Amino acid sequence: MSVLVLAEHNNESLSPSTLNSVAAATEISSDVDLLVAGEGCKSVADQSASIEGVRRVVHVDGKHYGHSLAENLAPLIVSLSDDYDHLLAAATTTGKNVMPRVAALLDVAQISDIIGVSDKDTFDRPIYAGNIIATVKSSDSKKVVTVRTTAFDPVEIGGGRAEIIDGVAGEDLKISEFVSEELTKSDRPELGAADIIVSGGRGVGSSEDFALIEALADKLGAAVGASRAAVDAGYVPNDYQVGQTGKVVAPQLYIAVGISGAIQHLAGMKDSKVIVAINKDEEAPIFGVADYGLVGDLFKEVPAMTDALND
Amino acid sequence: MKVLVAVKRAIDYNVKARPKSDGSGVDLANVKMSMNPFDEIAVEEAVKLQESGKIEETIAVSVGPKQCQETLRTAMAMGIDRSILVETGEDIQPLAVAKVLSKLIEKEKPDLAILGKQAIDDDSNQTGQMLSALLGWSQGTFACNLEFDGDSIRVGREIDGGIQTLCLSLPSVITTDLRLNEPRYVKLPNIMKAKKKPLEVLTAEELGVDISPRLETIKVAEPPGREAGVKVEDIAQLIDKLKNEVKVI
Repeated sequence: MSVLVLAEHNNESLSPSTLNSVAAATEISSDVDLLVAGEGCKSVADQSASIEGVRRVVHVDGKHYGHSLAENLAPLIVSLSDDYDHLLAAATTTGKNVMPRVAALLDVAQISDIIGVSDKDTFDRPIYAGNIIATVKSSDSKKVVTVRTTAFDPVEIGGGRAEIIDGVAGEDLKISEFVSEELTKSDRPELGAADIIVSGGRGVGSSEDFALIEALADKLGAAVGASRAAVDAGYVPNDYQVGQTGKVVAPQLYIAVGISGAIQHLAGMKDSKVIVAINKDEEAPIFGVADYGLVGDLFKEVPAMTDALND
Repeated sequence: MKVLVAVKRAIDYNVKARPKSDGSGVDLANVKMSMNPFDEIAVEEAVKLQESGKIEETIAVSVGPKQCQETLRTAMAMGIDRSILVETGEDIQPLAVAKVLSKLIEKEKPDLAILGKQAIDDDSNQTGQMLSALLGWSQGTFACNLEFDGDSIRVGREIDGGIQTLCLSLPSVITTDLRLNEPRYVKLPNIMKAKKKPLEVLTAEELGVDISPRLETIKVAEPPGREAGVKVEDIAQLIDKLKNEVKVI
């Protein structure tokens, strides 16, 4: 029984989420292989070979794999699937885009966003915005699974010595084409990997005032997040959104500023180790999950906190 | 051109779901149900495309119990021309829905299918991608922008790092993200009009689709709860707690 994990990367470096997927895979089987498919991605295959617990790296190069588009990547995964009982990927926007396509081509169900492995057929996954955890058992011969990265501690990279083999590229179906990408550039840590996150909500009031959130984040070496309301209002780009349908995070410290705490937002952050809420409304639901709550005006309290951290 | 939209009847987004006391499933008795919010965005997009003259006909489909007729009436009140309900039991899973939709698409031959990216009940985020795979179509998931461009469609997608733009050959399956549009409020006269629009009811057997579930739910439970902590007086006390009590900064 072996597992194939889809490596996520940008053709140059491996995404840290892959290490969480491998961690989940090692709970299923000790035979874990990694698929590195991309365009000119040999260096990623080399990096991947040093991941702890990986047996083999299947490296497939092709121009049509350069942006991990589902239409071409899914049939490639299917072509490799005979040797595997489980096909895994991180529940990132890439994994979520590709893996259901793989599942349908194989005529099997997908188990989305697992947070626990009971046995090779049985998994825990959050449903209803994380208000309920379902334990589900698959009756399919192959399991297609996406992994909630925050639920599995990443495996180490550096010590492993996996064999790299070259796989055979499939054809370019030519039904989808990459046009462009606008990636948010930031020197701050990635939301998914940050130890501290400072998030702002509708209470912040404008994109200019989000600078208060960013100043505090920079003082703490933190990532910046946002509620849906703040993203919808245009204060920050979409990739800042934390919640049921945005990013799910679980940092050591989550500071929610001017965020009321809708079910959908709590779904994305309530597994954080320590939660701080700063809000002027003492009835705000966010205080129901916060370890430390400060009722006050964020425009006064947030700069005060940034200043106090100077000392 | 013709668009097919899929809509799901799901728990209302303001309601907090709870497990049944025996852990056998989710307690949905007397719970307010609505159209899945992402599907409202899908309906809105289809209606907007028709209003802008790019689309001639819009069809909404729902797969589920009889009460989904209400969801389809809502879609038609928003402006969809006609509806199809494929009536099934309660436990209908994404692969089965995708198979039902692909059968209807073979029959109706739309150029575009628009679905919500995920339903807020099972949070699967699968059906659109599966449908696209079964049809061999292109897919534009998590869309925040759509633009027709001859025989293809340009789709802006919300991805983890920002926005990605793809050019997809038609026919295509699109799944909606939050910022594609803002669904309209339904007006009373339109609710009345929607009652007269055609709603066809079929069964999965009639379509020849096997909808048996592949995943069995062994149990459901509430996650470990989080207790409310303490209120602090001021920033100095907060920083002291973070530094000395929980040592996270």
